[in-house]
Amino acid sequence: MVFLQPGDMSAILLSLKVATAATLVATPIGIAVAWFLVYGRFPGKTLVEGVVNLPLVLPPVVVGYFLLLLFGKNGWIGSILLKFNIQIIFTLSGAILASAVVGFPLLVRSIRLGMEAVDHSYHHAARTLGANVWDAFFTITLPLSLRAVFAGMTLMFARSLGEFGATIILAGNIPGRTQTIPLAIYDYTSTPGGDRMALSLCLVSIFFSFVVLLISNAAAGRSMERR
Amino acid sequence: MELSCDIQKLLGTFSFRANFHIGGSQERGTHLAGTKVGIFGPSGSGKSTLMLLLAGLLKPDKGRICLGETVLYDHAAGINLPPEQRRIGVVFQHARLFPHLSVIKNLLYGYNRVPRAQRCIQPEEIIRVLALEHLLERGVNLLSGGERQRVALGRTVLSCPRLILMDEPLSGLDENLKLQIIPYLNEVSAEFGLPLLFISHSLLEMRLMTNQVLLVEAGEVQELIATETLATKLWRSGRQSYINVLHLDSPRERDGIFVYNWGGLSLVLTEQAEDDNAVFELDARDILLFKRHPEATSARNLLSCTVEELSPAGNRVLVDLLCGDGGSTSNNTSSDGIGERGRQRLKVQIVPESVRELGLAPGREVVAAIKASSFRRAG
Repeated sequence: MVFLQPGDMSAILLSLKVATAATLVATPIGIAVAWFLVYGRFPGKTLVEGVVNLPLVLPPVVVGYFLLLLFGKNGWIGSILLKFNIQIIFTLSGAILASAVVGFPLLVRSIRLGMEAVDHSYHHAARTLGANVWDAFFTITLPLSLRAVFAGMTLMFARSLGEFGATIILAGNIPGRTQTIPLAIYDYTSTPGGDRMALSLCLVSIFFSFVVLLISNAAAGRSMERR
Repeated sequence: MELSCDIQKLLGTFSFRANFHIGGSQERGTHLAGTKVGIFGPSGSGKSTLMLLLAGLLKPDKGRICLGETVLYDHAAGINLPPEQRRIGVVFQHARLFPHLSVIKNLLYGYNRVPRAQRCIQPEEIIRVLALEHLLERGVNLLSGGERQRVALGRTVLSCPRLILMDEPLSGLDENLKLQIIPYLNEVSAEFGLPLLFISHSLLEMRLMTNQVLLVEAGEVQELIATETLATKLWRSGRQSYINVLHLDSPRERDGIFVYNWGGLSLVLTEQAEDDNAVFELDARDILLFKRHPEATSARNLLSCTVEELSPAGNRVLVDLLCGDGGSTSNNTSSDGIGERGRQRLKVQIVPESVRELGLAPGREVVAAIKASSFRRAG
């Protein structure tokens, strides 16, 4: 890490902060949405499903732009938040929001697959033993799909570490405030003579991705043993 | 307490109807407590559908279900109690133990959700009855089939249900295990006075577990009949041979064979039971009838009997015998195969020609010969 510039450290920390926060914020919502998609019976379910999955296929820049429209100073949500003196755009919250929205479909997909794989008869058994719908969900279905939830979280964490398009539109590229690793790399590559510095950050990025992979594999292995 | 049910449900093209009444007013003085009623029918007849409808896991299209004073479902009044408020325990076909919880946590899952005042059974008690002491801390994936079913039974009983439904609890187990589980099922029902609905397509299980049976056929729940009547009915239809179910006890060895007590009579068997009490099957076709006591025979069991009734069906006749000394016909004996002390019931299948040759008629004395090896261990 001899090649790292002083500013790089803040980019790395910021990246970790953004990815962690985005994952933690999105997980409860992801569990709720996945439950809705698996067990909910309502008209227009396909539409909801489409909207949830949209960020997966849209260019992140487009997602970022929509978020900017919504959360901007004159945006639908942004104008309300401004009354409480909360600003999303060009802040850390903006970077977290962008990462959360872009990674969300990956999280939901994983949790949903996990929940669908849990035999619903366990839920039925819990109900006949006196557990209501919520009780049965939190004590049976959720613990049994915990592995999938964790897999979704690691996937989303990794995706957030690499988030670029939506972040640069919504949060900008402000060193020390919203500049994450990918944004810093982008800065270096557009500066003459920044190639080596870009490469060292790339190595950091590869290192993190690898660690996340190892953790997710180890977790999967441990839960296999328990079975 | 009584269970009355009058419901309809359409599932795709399968239409299900049930209209029956168990316990309470229909038979005066009878109580649902401790009753064991079977739900019998071939696969796909709707037995499990009935279980789901009663437990509240499936909503009927119309009708009404009442358990005692509680209305569980009433289409007209818009009542549909959720499963957790019905207090109907279910023992599922494949146990359905929660794979992420240990045995003890599975057992206490329902118990912990019962309000303190309604807890009727202590966990220690059921753990003792089901002999689960050494398994408590184990993960449920390491249990054998029989152990899983015992844990499932304990888990259901501990949720203090007012009625237990058992959906083919023995079907996933091999023959030996079935024999081991049946005494547990009977003991739990007897010890805790819990009414039991036992779903199965096995006549033998029905006869070992229940006194009365609801017949389910092609999505329709038919009449409530005595289990013994069902056995004769199935014999009459020619689908199954009649099997005598004998409760024997106190075996003692004699020259390598075993002498059992059959309610005051002695029977000689080649098979040894591990316990003091055992149930044996005896095919009605494996019994020979003699007009007089034969001088000598290889059959080890010779019982003097009185013919009670002859039921012909095609080229077969089922002879109802009252075994034991004395001879007068008695109408007081119960129909479940257990007569008064020293008098036992036995059914023998013969052909009409034999009936003519032996001159069989009600009241007639005959001698039944049974080989010691004709008995098969049942439970």
